Amino acid sequence: MKRKSKFALPPKYILLIMTGVCLVAMMTFFTMGISGGPLQTVAGYVFIPMQRGINTVGRFVTEKADNLKSLSEVMAENEELKRQVDELTVELNTIHLEQYELENLRELLALDQKYPSYEKVAANVIGTNGNNWFNSFTINKGSNDGIDVDMNVIAGSGLVGIVTSVGPNYATVTAIINDNTQVGGTVSTTSDNLIVSGSLQTMNEDMVIRFSNLRDAEDEVAVGDPVVTSHISDRYQQGILIGYISSIRNDSNHLTKSGTITPAVDFEHIEEVLVILEKKQVVEE
Amino acid sequence: MRRKITIFIIVTICFLLQVTLFQTLSFASISPNLLIIVVSAFGFMRGKKEGLFVGFFCGLLLDIFGGGLPGFYAMIYMYIGYLNGFFRKLFYPEDLKLPLLLIAGSSLGCNFCIYVLLFLFRSRFQIQYYFMHIMLPELVYTMVVTILLYPLILKINERLELIEKRSAGKFV
Repeated sequence: MKRKSKFALPPKYILLIMTGVCLVAMMTFFTMGISGGPLQTVAGYVFIPMQRGINTVGRFVTEKADNLKSLSEVMAENEELKRQVDELTVELNTIHLEQYELENLRELLALDQKYPSYEKVAANVIGTNGNNWFNSFTINKGSNDGIDVDMNVIAGSGLVGIVTSVGPNYATVTAIINDNTQVGGTVSTTSDNLIVSGSLQTMNEDMVIRFSNLRDAEDEVAVGDPVVTSHISDRYQQGILIGYISSIRNDSNHLTKSGTITPAVDFEHIEEVLVILEKKQVVEE
Repeated sequence: MRRKITIFIIVTICFLLQVTLFQTLSFASISPNLLIIVVSAFGFMRGKKEGLFVGFFCGLLLDIFGGGLPGFYAMIYMYIGYLNGFFRKLFYPEDLKLPLLLIAGSSLGCNFCIYVLLFLFRSRFQIQYYFMHIMLPELVYTMVVTILLYPLILKINERLELIEKRSAGKFV
């Protein structure tokens, strides 16, 4: 048993000191962009293995539950999928032709290097941030696997988000539907730029996020048009699918338009993601 | 030392459950806040100082794995733990009303701080919407979990206090 020290600091002074510590932590983050460091490393090694364990158990249980999905449901889905396969085959043939043409044209223009296939690493989602206000999650790969802050994260074909902090064996990904996230996007049919901003409210209500600042004087952009990341974005690689436009309306200034986008990724059920191991090149000042 | 280790284990378990299991068990994408139960409980059971440290530690965990502003949640949770410490004089283990009331207040207070600091300042003014769709559901869900979790924390604390009293008595 430890001997009680004679001098005990009253709680209110401790509170004051700790408040100072917190404020300093926030200030260093704002001014120098430093966060955690060794603390993250230690926390990573203590908590990440446990999170992984829980997730392994969880996935096992979910799989078993999924197997019990009723047969009729699966059959109905099968019908639907068969129909879809037919549709997609037709589409694929057309695309093949177009691809052939595109390759020829690219060769002519020597544009081989324009859309390199990025090097990616697969990771599992092992935990969320634990509150209902923001949408960020932890993945089980970190700087040991080459992941760094500002790398883009995709799932399937769509953009999920961006890595915002990284430890040796984990990384935190902030989703594009997060209320304070903004992404520069382009409507791929007309190459008009717009700004995609996450929103808790619209995501809760209709599973959509907002876009704004779309200049489209000729009314060419229509509902259903795909939106991809823009070439002018300084953190996101060009040409990753964000989602599809679900509604458009004119702004009160009659110059720009805004509306909503349905994200291409199902954010409720993300399990596996791919991290693009390349950061957007930006010109250093 | 025994107390520190026990609290560390409680916090760890609650944190892990909160970020994994309870996210899957969420209703309408709302999940309960287990850590606020722990912080608040240790605040009014053990006083300002312990509430303060437990709060700081819980908040720090959320900060590290949340990827946001470091120190932000640590500060909010620390103040919640500290403020709960004021009610230690009113606290009796047999009474369930005060703990429930305090935990409910803590949950609301925490969410309100987050709303004001991170949403209102970015001109998201629809407080009614956020109250009805985020704060209130989380409060209800947290209270349900409290009814299960709080007696457990209370038992553990009573056990710890008993052991501490016994080992302190040996020296007299």
